[in-house]
Amino acid sequence: MLSRLVLRAAPAALRSLPPPVAVGVLHTTRPLHTTQQSLAPLPPLPEKGGEVRYGLIPEEFFQFLYPKTGVTGPYMLGTGLLLYFLSKEIYVINHETVAAACILSVFIYGVKKYGSDVAAFADKLNEEKVAKALDVKNEAIKGLETAIEQEKKEQWRVEGRSYLFDAKRNNIAMLLETNYRERLLMVYNEVKKRLDYQVAMQNLKRQKEQDHMIQWVEKNVVQSITPQQVLAFLSLLYVLVYTNICCPVILARC
Amino acid sequence: GPLSERRLMDVRLGELPVWLATRNFSPQGLLGGLQKAWSSYYDKYINVKRGGPAGISMLLAGYCLLSYGWNYQHISK
Repeated sequence: MLSRLVLRAAPAALRSLPPPVAVGVLHTTRPLHTTQQSLAPLPPLPEKGGEVRYGLIPEEFFQFLYPKTGVTGPYMLGTGLLLYFLSKEIYVINHETVAAACILSVFIYGVKKYGSDVAAFADKLNEEKVAKALDVKNEAIKGLETAIEQEKKEQWRVEGRSYLFDAKRNNIAMLLETNYRERLLMVYNEVKKRLDYQVAMQNLKRQKEQDHMIQWVEKNVVQSITPQQVLAFLSLLYVLVYTNICCPVILARC
Repeated sequence: GPLSERRLMDVRLGELPVWLATRNFSPQGLLGGLQKAWSSYYDKYINVKRGGPAGISMLLAGYCLLSYGWNYQHISK
């Protein structure tokens, strides 16, 4: 009885848990996509990076100093710092300075001369990547759209199911009708055969009775003819014949 | 907003010690701060469609300054 109570309470308890979601092979009971923020779709990348002046100092520094010192403020600050470092030997000028100057000049020359070409090449690579991804997306969309159309067509086809069933019903009705009529014909034939038999029996019986009666009557009549009657009839006949030699009417009649 | 959630640039000079007290200086906190700083720099200057030399040149300049600072003792002899 207690087990029955537990069994009844179990579904209610299970229903109060969040529904388990299978993610691949990992079974998690944490509901997914409950917050507003989701990882997809990502916002697009910004077109250009933050503004940087002379490739080294961000523009925000200049904007930060502009209200107090105007446009030339950061340059004065830079010059002052440079002279300070040089004079106090915080920055020491040695062979590395010359090397750094040469490297910097070559670097700047390279960037100035080939920068745009390299940028165009990189842009082309990016374009190809993006075009490929877009192609995949469009293909997927097209495939899904064709799938939707086919699905709609299938739904339309399903509507014709009623016609199919009507045709089948008609077929079955025809079969039943045919069968019924066959059996009706058979019954008719059988009954006719039996009735014909009865009729034939009666005819035969009457025929036989008639024949038998005729035979019996003839037999009795023949038996009942005595010899005196025969003599009397014969003599009458001879008389008539000899008298009719002179009277042909009776002969014609015979 | 409240002081503990503001970034360094939005904190006034007088509030700086108080703001520093609210920061998390445990290893995880420092690591998190480093991660945030790098990701903000990366998203602003490197992870763009049409970047320029500025992204890595600033990193290289910073590296130059740092290595000069480390080797200053040796250089200034």
